[in-house]
Order: sequence, then structure tokens, then C-alpha cells
Amino acid sequence: MTETKLTARNVDVFYGPKKAIDNVSIDIDNGIVTAFIGPSGCGKSTFLRSLNRMNDTIAGARVTGEILLDGEDIYAPTMDPVALRARVGMVFQKPNPFPKSIYENIAYGPRIHGLAGNKADLDVIIEQSLTKAGLWDEVKDRLMDAGTALSGGQQQRLCIARAIAVSPEVILMDEPCSALDPIATAKIEELIDELKENYAIVIVTHSMQQAARVSQRTAFFHLGNLVEYGETSEIFTNPREEKTKDYITGRYG
Amino acid sequence: MILTGVLLAVIGLGLVGWFAARARARLLYTGRGSMHSMPGYHGWHMALWILVPGLLTWAVWSGIMPGLVNGAVMADPAAAQLPAEEMHRAAILAEAQTLAANPDAVAFDAKSQALAEPMRAAQTRFGFMGAALILIAALAGGGYGFTRVRARFPARTHVERAVLALLLAASLMAILTTFGIVASLLFEAGLFFKDVSPIAFLTGTHWAPGNARGVDIDGNFGAVPLFWGTIYIGAIIAMLVAIPLGLMSAIYLTQYASSTVRKWIKPTLEILAGIPTVVYGYFAALTVAPIIRDFAGSLGMANPSTESALAAGLVMGVMIIPFVSSMADDALAAVPRAMSDGSLALGATRSETIKKVLLPAALPGIVAGVMLAISRAIGETMIVVMAAGASARLSANPFDSMTTVTYQIVQMLTGDQEFNSPKTLSAFALGLVLFVVTLILNIIALRVVKRFREAYE
Ligand SMILES: Nc1ncnc2c1ncn2[C@@H]1O[C@H](COP(=O)(O)OP(=O)(O)OP(=O)(O)O)[C@@H](O)[C@H]1O
Ligand SMILES: [Mg+2]
Repeated sequence: MTETKLTARNVDVFYGPKKAIDNVSIDIDNGIVTAFIGPSGCGKSTFLRSLNRMNDTIAGARVTGEILLDGEDIYAPTMDPVALRARVGMVFQKPNPFPKSIYENIAYGPRIHGLAGNKADLDVIIEQSLTKAGLWDEVKDRLMDAGTALSGGQQQRLCIARAIAVSPEVILMDEPCSALDPIATAKIEELIDELKENYAIVIVTHSMQQAARVSQRTAFFHLGNLVEYGETSEIFTNPREEKTKDYITGRYG
Repeated sequence: MILTGVLLAVIGLGLVGWFAARARARLLYTGRGSMHSMPGYHGWHMALWILVPGLLTWAVWSGIMPGLVNGAVMADPAAAQLPAEEMHRAAILAEAQTLAANPDAVAFDAKSQALAEPMRAAQTRFGFMGAALILIAALAGGGYGFTRVRARFPARTHVERAVLALLLAASLMAILTTFGIVASLLFEAGLFFKDVSPIAFLTGTHWAPGNARGVDIDGNFGAVPLFWGTIYIGAIIAMLVAIPLGLMSAIYLTQYASSTVRKWIKPTLEILAGIPTVVYGYFAALTVAPIIRDFAGSLGMANPSTESALAAGLVMGVMIIPFVSSMADDALAAVPRAMSDGSLALGATRSETIKKVLLPAALPGIVAGVMLAISRAIGETMIVVMAAGASARLSANPFDSMTTVTYQIVQMLTGDQEFNSPKTLSAFALGLVLFVVTLILNIIALRVVKRFREAYE
């Protein structure tokens, strides 16, 4: 069941002259959740953003090495970053719904990519996305309300629904629960667990428990290096590297 | 003369007091913690006690002395043959004053010659009286201040409070000036509306203040053509230039330009904002207007005038570009990066992101910027004086010469004026309308901007 979705080989990421990611190689599989953990500033977000070329939007950022999506080089000149981002979606740390209605928030992506032929199709996509994101029952009667008027947890699920609406193959999540309370966090984790059937999911988290709960694979980053990568159960019970052990037992720093 | 000398003396006294109090405080100073305040503060405290009473007395005396002097002169027998008419009498007194200060000057009116001597005597008498009062006030204040130089006296607190009062007074000055301007506008406009009905003024379409005499006075003060010219030039033509160009340059600068390009273009735009309006004015009048006149001619217009709404409006629009662009720049920059990231991560292109996410989110801020820009444009004077013309005309043809509220205000208040004639006073009524309109635009714009800021905080 596990086939490789994303392959990174010898990836370096620079911000101007500064190297933020140093020679990282990793395979990310379909159908499971991969967690990135590591101390603050070690480059988790940087590496995550290089997987859908969001680093292109940062002035001075540069990626070298090779990143393949289904065997296709995403930094090849023939690859359109816009099309790539429709295949590799992203959810951010802070919920960032557009200042538009709930409906318009979800309809945004499908409209841009021409996924719906007519209003009825669009309505179907919106209901499906919200249902998958576990938000449909809560908002079905107020789709025209502002997305920004929802609670933080609902906003984050709205952002997940928005990402799902363009039918991506990979979903990247950068600390999606760090702004949420434990109940909203539990809902999102449950959601991630359901979604992994159909997508490759990568989640950055600072919570060891969260990584242990939702992920099947864990990658530990330190100072721009990928220190250890393996089955989550292995990493948490029996890490090979001293640094990993120190970090997950809280002895780090 | 005497008073000026006394003023310098008071300042000198203050300086002396500063040194004296500080020296005395230093004698008291025996080590850290031995005094509440450092000696320098005692110096300032002392200096304030000399300067404030001295300068206050000086200011009060300078205010009342001319009245006292005139009173004394009028009591003089030589003043008996002065004319009763107020203005004439004031002129003679003013001349006497000049003669008193400058005995060799030639008298224009013989009556003033006779008054010069009593004037001089009165000035000397009251001058010395004032000097004595001022010095007494300064010395008394200084004496009191000197007794306060003690180890435990909180001179620092008092000086800080005085500084606070000074700063407060400085900021109140601007506000009071504004109130003064509004009050004078209201007062003079009130005089105007005694003669001309406000309804005729605000709704009439015929503007010919020169013909306004007697019964048909209302009919010649219809300001609608001026309002129209102002709006057509400042809010329509100028904005048709400034909004698209300003907005596009803001989008380019915030979203596309590399930091080096931005570093060059932004200051250049700001230079555009720093060009004196009179320079824009002659650019409009001497360069743009003839081109537009020739163009109108080539379109088949008979006798196109050199002055045109289009020339003034176009140049005004260019002048406003940096203003719109910097407001739009702020509004776009205030939209959190997370917004555009969210859109880009969904596979939207940069221009889709700008069009569908950034601009709608920044719209309130942009609208507010445009309103401020309009309020600026309709108050602009030099360009329209030089390029728009003087004809009060209700026309939609941009090649026509038109006039504006500001232009007419200049017209009414320059050159030989009959004071208090409705023609002159109409300037104040126009000024009042302009003031109220720009005030409303500014208030709305500031509110919108504030709401908008709150939405993202
Ligand atoms: N836009 C940027 N420009 C320059 N340097 C950056 C930029 N973003 C990140 N960096 C640097 O790159 C390094 C990695 O940052 P990154 O945000 O990837 O860390 P992180 O592991 O996600 O940390 P956190 O857990 O705090 O989110 C840091 O040293 C950071 O200072
Ligand atoms: Mg991060």
C-alpha cells in the first residue's frame, strides 16, 4: 500500500547566503502521515515550503538538489509552480481564511482551476470538502457568513476544506494546531487520521504527543540537518541517534 | 524700546539665577542621596521662577500699554481737534506713533505732528512703569525661587511639571489656531449670509459677483458652477489619472518590484510629492494647456481656450499620484502575508491573488486614501489658478475653461478690495464650504482606515 509520493535528494535551502537546510534526503509515502519534529529554527517549515515551492515567494530563498513528485522534478523549468501547488496543498500555522464568506473561501480554488462547470458542480465540491473537513454540519446553514467569523478551530478546518477542495495529492501542514485549544486540536487530529487514506500528509509539530498520535513516520531535524527518519513507533521508543533521544525525552537544550 | 531692553534683562536675570541656584545647590550637595534633586534642576527651577513671572508680566504689559498710551494722548489738549471718525483717527494716531519713534520723519497729516510730543512722553512714562513692574515680578519670583534651594526640595519634580506644561501649551497652540481659523471663517461667512441667502448661494447656477448690486444680489451669487468646476477638475479628471496610476504603481511596488527597484522608485515618487504646486501650475499652464488646446482644435472644436479643465485636472492628477500610491501601498502592506500565502498555496497566480484576495482586503484602506486624495485635490489652488481659467461655467466638456472654489477665493481676496462688500465676503462662504467638505471627507476616511486596521489586529 505504501508507494513513494515525494522524494527529496540532497536538498539544500538558502536564504541569501545563509544555509537553512543542509543536504536533506527523504522519501515521503502515500497514504500515511509523516511528522517533522525538531527544535525551533531547525528548518522544518523551510523544508516543508520547499515541497510545494512556496519558498519561491520569499525573496532571496533558493533551493538546490532534487525534489520529485511521482518521479517528476518539481524544480524543473517545465514545472509550473502554480499547477504544482494545486497538487501539493498547504495548511498554515495560523488559520488564514480569506475575508470572504465560508462558501467563497472554499469556492476560491475550484474557480481558479476551473474544476466546476457550473454552480451545481461547485455546490457539490463545497459540500464534499466541508464534509471531509468535518465542518459541514456546523456551517451548512450559514455558508454565506464571513469565514473570519468562525472560531479558531473552525477556521482551521475551513482552511483544510479549502485545501481539499482543489483535490490535492499531498497536504502539507505547518503546526496546524498550535493556535488551537485541546478540543479543537483533537478534532483536527481525528480529521488528519481520516484524510490520510486519500492523501500523503506531512505535518510539522512541536508536540511529541501529537506526532506520536497522528503520524506513522517521523523525521527529526536539527540545525538544518535531517538527523533521523523512521517509523514513529521506532523513533519514540528506540531512537538510534543520541540527539533524537535527547530531544524526545525533553533533555534537549 | 524700553520694553525690549527689559525683556533682555529678564532673560539675563534668568541666566544669573540659573548659575546662582546651581552654585548654591552644589554647596549643599554632600554626596549621593544627600539631595532630592541634582543641582542642575535647582538651577532650572530658579530660572523658571524668574522667567515665568517676568515674561508673563512683560506679555500682559505689552498688550495693555498701547491702550494706556493712546488714552493719555487723547486726554491731551492737542487731541481735541481729532476727527470723530474712527478709522481716520486711528490713522493719525498711528502716524503720531511713527513720528514719536522717529522725529525726523515728515508728517503727512499736520495733526499728527502736534500729537507726536505727547505720544513720546506717554510712551516713556508707561514704558518705565512697565519696566519697573516686570523687574519687580522677575526679582520677586527669583527671590522666592532662591529660598527653595534646599536639600529636600523636589526641584526635579517641579521642573518636569513645567516642561510638561510647556509641551502641552505647544500642542494646544495648533488646536487653538485651528479653532481661530474656523471661528473667523464662520464669522465672516455669517456676514456674507446676512446679505445673500444661503439657499441661493448653494443652489444658484449664476456666478457673477462683479454685477451683484441691490435687489438681484442673490441671483449673482449662485456657487454651483464653482462647485461643479471643483468636482470636475479635482474629483473626476484628477482622480481618473491618479487612481489607476497610483494604484498600479502601489501594486507593482509592493508585489512585484525587487527591493533594489523599490529603493529607487519610492523616493522618486516622493520627490514628485515634494515639487511646489506652483511649479506644477506653470507646467500645466505653459506646457500641458497649449497641447490640449491644439488637440481640441484638431478635434474640430472652434476657438478652444488655452485654459481648460482637462489641463488643470491632468496635472493635478499627476501631482496626487504619489499620495494615492503611498496610501494604497500602506493598505496593501497591512494585509497580512498569510492572506496571499493562503491563496498562492492553493495554486493561484500572483495576479489572481492580487485581484481576488489582496485588493478586496485592502479596499477600505484604498478607498480612504482616495478620499484623502480628493480632499487634497479640491483644496489645491495654484494649478487651477494658472491653468483652469476664470469662467464660472456648468459644462461637461473637459476642453472648456472652468473655475473652482479655490480660484474664486483668490480672486475675491487679491487686488483692491472694498472691505465688507458681499463680493469680498463670498470668499469666506466659499472657504467655509470647502472646509466642511474636506473635513467630512477626512473624518470618513480616517474612520474607514481605523476600522480596517482593527480588522487585522
Ligand atoms: N524568510 C526568511 N528569510 C531569512 N531567513 C529565514 C526565513 N525564514 C526562516 N529563516 C531562517 O531559516 C532557519 C529555519 O527556519 P524555519 O522557519 O524553517 O524553522 P522551523 O524549524 O520551522 O522553526 P519553528 O519551529 O520555530 O517554526 C532559521 O534560522 C530562520 O531564521
Ligand atoms: Mg516553523
